Amino acid sequence: MTVYLDYNATAPIRPAALAAMTAALAAPGNASSVHGPGRRARRLVEAARAQVAALVNADPAWVVFTSGGTEANNHALAGLPAARILISAGEHDSLRQAAPTAQRIPLTPDGVVNLDALAAMLKDAPAGCLVSVMLANNETGVIQPIAEVVALARAAGAWVHCDAVQAAGKIPLDMQALGIDLLSLSAHKLGGPPGVGALLARPELPLQPLLRGGGQERRRRAGTENLPGIAGFGAAAEMALEDLPVFEKLGELLQHFEREIKMLAPEVKVFGAAVARLPNTACVALAGLPAETQLMALDLAGVAVSSGAACSSGKVQPSHVLAAMGASAEEAGAAIRVSLGWASVPGDIDCLLAAWGDLYRRSQAA
Amino acid sequence: MAKSDGSKANRRPPGIYLDNQATTPTDPRVVEAMLPFFTERFGNPHSSAHAFGWDAEEAVEQAREQLAALIGASPREVIFTSGATESNNLAIKGAARFHRERRPQVVTLASEHKCVLESARQLEREGHRVDILPVGADGLVDLDLLARTVTEETAVVSIMAVNNEIGVIQPVAGIAAICREKGAYFHCDAAQAVGKLPLDVAALGIDLLSISGHKFYGPKGIGALYVRRRPRVRLEPLIDGGGQERGLRSGTLATPLCVGLGAAAAIAAAEMESESARISALKTRLLEGIRKRLSGVALNGHATLRIAGNLNLAFEGVDAEALMRAMPGLAVSSGSACTSTAVEPSYVLRALGLQEARARSSIRLAVGRFNTEAEIDATVEELAAQVARLRREGSAAAE
Repeated sequence: MTVYLDYNATAPIRPAALAAMTAALAAPGNASSVHGPGRRARRLVEAARAQVAALVNADPAWVVFTSGGTEANNHALAGLPAARILISAGEHDSLRQAAPTAQRIPLTPDGVVNLDALAAMLKDAPAGCLVSVMLANNETGVIQPIAEVVALARAAGAWVHCDAVQAAGKIPLDMQALGIDLLSLSAHKLGGPPGVGALLARPELPLQPLLRGGGQERRRRAGTENLPGIAGFGAAAEMALEDLPVFEKLGELLQHFEREIKMLAPEVKVFGAAVARLPNTACVALAGLPAETQLMALDLAGVAVSSGAACSSGKVQPSHVLAAMGASAEEAGAAIRVSLGWASVPGDIDCLLAAWGDLYRRSQAA
Repeated sequence: MAKSDGSKANRRPPGIYLDNQATTPTDPRVVEAMLPFFTERFGNPHSSAHAFGWDAEEAVEQAREQLAALIGASPREVIFTSGATESNNLAIKGAARFHRERRPQVVTLASEHKCVLESARQLEREGHRVDILPVGADGLVDLDLLARTVTEETAVVSIMAVNNEIGVIQPVAGIAAICREKGAYFHCDAAQAVGKLPLDVAALGIDLLSISGHKFYGPKGIGALYVRRRPRVRLEPLIDGGGQERGLRSGTLATPLCVGLGAAAAIAAAEMESESARISALKTRLLEGIRKRLSGVALNGHATLRIAGNLNLAFEGVDAEALMRAMPGLAVSSGSACTSTAVEPSYVLRALGLQEARARSSIRLAVGRFNTEAEIDATVEELAAQVARLRREGSAAAE
């Protein structure tokens, strides 16, 4: 039996999401058609829109369904007439690559966006900037001070986009209370199907579509609605909201892992250990023990974890997130990410610790 | 409900779906192929560190091969997208923006899908020169006019293989020859053609070809863009990030949807010929049945150069919206699905030069894989009865 501890890459689908999706797969309609099947499809889409909005306490009318988090992030950056774009140095590649000329807000060694630096950058910036800071980092799980980011941005007349792909469904999230203008979500990260996500955008924003065509999604995103995907996303969002206490419990499991691995090897570094993190994510490194070696040994032992983000793990390059936190190349090259999710059990961590402990002892003996 | 549908309700065909150009039911074999990749084989295909990821990646690559085989491409030329709207946006905006300096012109047709026309209009706002050519009364491109319009400054010519409303088949090879001569890319929106007509991108000389999963019994939320490699077609991506799909389309690939699209392609490749004959026979039965029962019925678009399943019919003196409301058990459409929430006459029919009254009296009947003779016969009955009733009421109101 293989142990899956790579939920930040993708999560297995929740049973409720699968049920909603398979039911929608059996319905033939195009949600933009006016006949019976079309109207039934439309009702499914609108119900899912309300479920997704509820997860982050937003208005359903703000939800623009997309093909996933990457499209949502690209749409947010390309869709607004921003005078300047500022993104944190720890953002996902879908923001970094979409805005190669954006100003980068540095991170502290703990992986938190440097608010003083942001304040200074905004002071020199023209009005109408776009600030994009993620809610929680995909590699370290470090939670960003979004309320403070929004306060600084507001004072400078800037919009705020927040990539909440990794945070949604793991910690409580209130888009309205936080005052976020745009927010990105991905279904498959929270136990929904892959191939669907959302950009939530306040209606007064002058947001231009990224994909043009039919008038779907209030003219903000053309293309036939991915009905089964959207229905599955809605069900997953509802379950994720209900399951927030389960995620809180995962935090205890994760703390147990961090304590135990430090017992095995006291020199292990936990990135972002001193700051607030997601209850499901630990990024740990033992200098001198390359990530590739660990991944191979763990895979042989039937334990799936990752180094860095999945999208870039095909390339052997150190994580830009850890580099922005001031990690050395050796440290970053030794970092593995353990991420838990809705189906994780304590036994998973036991397997990981046993396999990692074996590897560690072998590496010490060598 | 209105009184009019009371006594006849039991004769109404229960839930007949003849809107297979808006979307198709997902083939149960496709669903079966997809399901394991939602559940136990759920890995992220870009996770290179463990077996979950490798398993998913292998499935994605097999699907890519199945899709490539259907259109005569090499797997490396197939880019997965979220659907044909994205493929069309990427092809047209991507090609035009990449070549904006030396080739500022874009050419397309007035009868193209909304997402093609809207992409072109966006390019126009960005300073590109956009030529939107008229089509003939039969819906076909005027190749002489096209040859006069395409120049050495044309970045991309976007013309669909099969029209979504009237089903006419454009002379794809002829268009490709004109583009080739001027060095312009030929982008072909084949969302309505793939899986229904044999298509060979190499033989036809197509540079970019858009595919939609849900238009040929595959899943929604997935499509593809064929991007020629020799000579290489250059595009500016629309969606950046992890660099997936050779940097042309970032984002985690949806493994189950890719698998579903591949399965749909494999089924289409194996069954296209027999299915086309069967659907063509059903379509003929439908048309002959209607013509036997009703006069004043006209076919929109070329009579023979059209795909097997499509009928676009004008019922003289009948308002299409009223007709559709009178047949709630029959799913058909007027105009394309994306615009049908707005009640305006089809711009495609207007592009054929049809009068507004005729456009407003037209509906599209699209026969598909799962329709039966019994459904066709019931549709004929229903249409004949309701058209006759609406005409009676219409002439009574006029007196």
